[in-house]
Amino acid sequence: MELLLLLALLDGLAYAAQLFMVAVGLTLVFGVLKILNVAHGSLFAIGAYSASTLAALAGTPWLSLLALALAALAVGAIAGPSIERGLLARIYDKEQVLQLLLTFALFMILEDVQKLVWGVQPVFEDAPVRALGPVVVGGIVYTAYQLILLPGLAVVCLLFLVWFLRRTVTGRMILAVAHDREAAEAIGIDSRRIYLLAFTIGAGLAALGGALAAPTTSLVPGVGVQTIVLSFAVVATAGLGQIEGAAATALLVGLGRSFAVYFAPELEVVVPYLLMVIVLVLRPSGLFGGRELRRI
Amino acid sequence: MVGETRVSSPLLEARGLVLAFGGVRAADGIDLDVNEGEILAIIGPNGAGKTTFLNMVTGYLRPQAGSIRFRGREITGLTPRRIVRLGIARSFQIPQLFTEHTVLENLALQLAAREGFWAPFAPLLSRARSERALALLERFGLGELASVRADALDEGARKLVDVAMATALAPRLLLMDEPTSGVAASEKHAIMDRLVSALRREGVTAVFVEHDMEVVARHADRVAVWSNGKILAQGPPATVLADPAVHREVLGVEVAPC
Amino acid sequence: MPLRLAFAVGFLALALLAALQPWLRFVLTLALATGLAVLGIMMLLRAGQVSFGHALYVAVGAYTIAFARPQLDDVLLLLAAAVLAAVVAGILVGLFVSRYRDIFFGMLNLAFSMVVYSLLEKLYWLTRGTDGIRVARPRLFGVALEGARYEWALFALALVCVAIAAALVARYLRAPAGEALSALKTRETRLEFAGVSARRVLFQAYVVSAGLAGLGGGITALATLHVTPLLVYWTHSGELVFVAILGGTANVLGPFLGAVVFELVRVHAAAAFPDAWQMILGLVLLGIVLLAARGLVGLLEELGRWWGRRV
Repeated sequence: MELLLLLALLDGLAYAAQLFMVAVGLTLVFGVLKILNVAHGSLFAIGAYSASTLAALAGTPWLSLLALALAALAVGAIAGPSIERGLLARIYDKEQVLQLLLTFALFMILEDVQKLVWGVQPVFEDAPVRALGPVVVGGIVYTAYQLILLPGLAVVCLLFLVWFLRRTVTGRMILAVAHDREAAEAIGIDSRRIYLLAFTIGAGLAALGGALAAPTTSLVPGVGVQTIVLSFAVVATAGLGQIEGAAATALLVGLGRSFAVYFAPELEVVVPYLLMVIVLVLRPSGLFGGRELRRI
Repeated sequence: MVGETRVSSPLLEARGLVLAFGGVRAADGIDLDVNEGEILAIIGPNGAGKTTFLNMVTGYLRPQAGSIRFRGREITGLTPRRIVRLGIARSFQIPQLFTEHTVLENLALQLAAREGFWAPFAPLLSRARSERALALLERFGLGELASVRADALDEGARKLVDVAMATALAPRLLLMDEPTSGVAASEKHAIMDRLVSALRREGVTAVFVEHDMEVVARHADRVAVWSNGKILAQGPPATVLADPAVHREVLGVEVAPC
Repeated sequence: MPLRLAFAVGFLALALLAALQPWLRFVLTLALATGLAVLGIMMLLRAGQVSFGHALYVAVGAYTIAFARPQLDDVLLLLAAAVLAAVVAGILVGLFVSRYRDIFFGMLNLAFSMVVYSLLEKLYWLTRGTDGIRVARPRLFGVALEGARYEWALFALALVCVAIAAALVARYLRAPAGEALSALKTRETRLEFAGVSARRVLFQAYVVSAGLAGLGGGITALATLHVTPLLVYWTHSGELVFVAILGGTANVLGPFLGAVVFELVRVHAAAAFPDAWQMILGLVLLGIVLLAARGLVGLLEELGRWWGRRV
C-alpha cells in the first residue's frame, strides 16, 4: 500500500512536470496574444516525434539527451515564427470565432502532417531514459530521467519564465503588451515583435514538453489532441494567463491522475476534467484568475 | 404611467457609495437622492466618476461600500438584468448596439425584452412590434434610418439609437450617459426637447450625464456636480451653475465653444 | 419564398440522384444526417460560438439507438429516444457551458466529447470498445423492410426530418430568442441591460443544437447499423464545424448544402487520401477563414448578384 502511494506520487510528479511545460506555453501565448492556439498540442506532438527520430539517430545515450533539446529548439524556432507571421498575424483584428477556427484548421493540418511523416505505427525511443539509468527511492526502482530530470527541468523552466518576464526589459515589455496592448504601443513598444517572441517561446515550450515526454511513452496519432485538451484543462483550471497558477494546477492534475491510475483506474481519464468542472463551477475564472470588466 | 400611491421617500436613494480602482477613488462617499418625476443632470470633469455612478446604480459595478435603494428596495449587488426588470434602464456613453441588426431590429429586440421574448416561433418583427419600434424611432427623428444596419450609422445617430433603445424599455428611471454627445449641435436641442417632453408626459424620472451647460440649464430640474468621486454641489441649475466653485471645477476646465 | 423553393429544388435533385445511383441513397442519407447536426452548430455560430465537441451529441443519439434497439423495434420510436437522450445530455452540459464564451465554450465542448470518447473506448463491457455495437435493422410502422426498401424509407424519413427541422429552425431564428443569438455575438452587455438572460439565449440554442445532432446521430446509426466511438472523436466534431463554415450561417439552407457537397466529395477524396483527409479539410477551412468568405451560401448569393447585373 505504501509502495503504491509512493509510486503514485512519483508518477504524478513526473507527469505534472511534462504537463506544466506544455500548459505554461499555452497560457503564455494566450496571455499575450489573447488567442488560444488549438494547434499547441500538435506542436507538442511534433516536438515529441522529432525528438524520437533525432534521439534514435544520436547513437550514444548521452548524445540522445542532447538530441531532445535540439529537436525542441528546432521545432520551436521553425514552427513558431512561421505560424505567427504566416497565419496569426493576419487575424489579430478579426472576430474571436475566426481566430479559434484558424488555429483549429492548423490543428487539423498538423495532425495529418504527423501521420504523413511518422506513420501510424507507435514510435518508441527510450535512449535518453537509459542514459541516466535507474535510481532507488524507498524500495522502488525508478528512472532518474523521470524522477530528477523532468521535475528539475520543470522547476528551472518556471523559475526562468518568472525571472525573464518580471526582471528583464524584454520580459516586462511582454507583460506590458499582455496587460494593455494599446497603452504599450503608446509608450513605444513594438507589439508585433512581442507577439512573435511570445508565440515562439510558447511553441518552443510545447515542443520541449513533447521532446521530454517522448522517451517515456510510445507515440501514436492522437497525442496532439490529448495534449491540447489536457493542457487546456490545466490552464482553464488555473485561470487563463496564470503562470505560477499553471504550475500549481499541473501538479494537482498530475497527482490526481496518477492516484486515479493506481486506486480508481476507470476514473483516470475523467479526473482532470472533473477537477476542471468543479473549479469552474465554483470559480468561473479559474483558481488563480481574476475577473475582467469591459469599459461601457 | 399609472398613478401609484405617493411614497414619501425618493425614487432612488444612494448612500455612502465607495468604489476604488487601484488607487483611484471613482466613488468616494456618494450620497444622492433622485425624486419621482424630476430630471437630474450630472456634470463634472472627465474621470470624476459620473459613469461609475451609473454603472453602480445599474449593477454593472458593485460598490465596495454604501447602499442603493430604488423605490425603497435595496438593489445593491443585484445583476443588471434584475435591476432593469425593476424599472431602471440606461443608455451608454459608448453606444452599445447590435451591429448585425438594423435599427428597427435593435429597437424591436428591446421591446421584445419586455414581453414575448421567449415565444419560440413568433417573429421579432411582428406588425405590432414593428409599429411601436418605428413610433419610438420617429420621436428621435430616426424614422428614415429604420432599415439601416446599426454598424453603418454615424456616431450621432448611433448615440440616439442607443438612447431610444433605453426608452423602449419603458423604465420608471432612465439613466443616460451623455445622450447627445456626437450629435450635431443643430439637432441637439430639438432632440432633447422632444425627448424631455416625452419623458415628462409619461412621468419618467431621468438622470443624464451632460457636458453641454446649455442643455443642462434648459432641461434639468436639478444639477449634481461630480468632482473626484464626490458630489461638489447640487441644486437648481440657476444656482449651481452660478456657483464660482462649480465654475472653477467644471466650467473652468472644459467650457466648450458649442 | 425563395428559401422554400431552394429546398424543394434541392429535395427533388437529391431524390433524382438517389434514384439514378442506388449507392448514393446511403451517402445522401448520411449527408442529410450530417446537415441536421450542422444546423444546430450553425445556430451557435450565429452567436459567435463554435463548439469543437458537438459530435458528442451525434454519438449520444447513435449509441442510444444501439442500446435501445434490443427493447425497441421501431424506427420512429428509436429516433425519438435518440433525440430525447441528446436533449437531456445537452441540458446537462449546456447548463455548464452556456456560462462560457469563445475559447472556453469551444474547448469545454471538446473536453467533454473527448472524455466521452475515452469512456466509450474503455468501458468495454458496456460499449464493446472500438469494435462498436451492431444495430439490428428495425421495423418501420411495424413493417420489416429489406435492403433497398429500407434504404429508401430511411432516405425519405431523413428528408422529412430535414424539412421539418429546417422550417422550425428558420422560424426560431426570426423570433426574438433566435435574433438574439447574433445580438449576443455583437453586444452581449446590451442584452443583459435589456433584462434578457444572454445565458438563457445561448442555453436554449445549445439544447436545440444537441437535439438536432442527436437526430442526425440517430439517422446515421439507422443507416450504418453500426456505432463506434469514432462518432465522437474530435475529427468528427471538426468535420461538423467544417461543414458549418463551408455552408455558411446566412440561412438554414447552408448546413444541408454544405453537408451534401461535403459527403459527395468525401466519398471519393477520403478514399484517395486516407491519411491526408483532415489536412485537406484544414487547408480549405484556412482558406475560408483567411478570405473571410461566407461559405457556399455566400458564394451562391454572389453568383446571384453577378447574374443579376448581367441580365
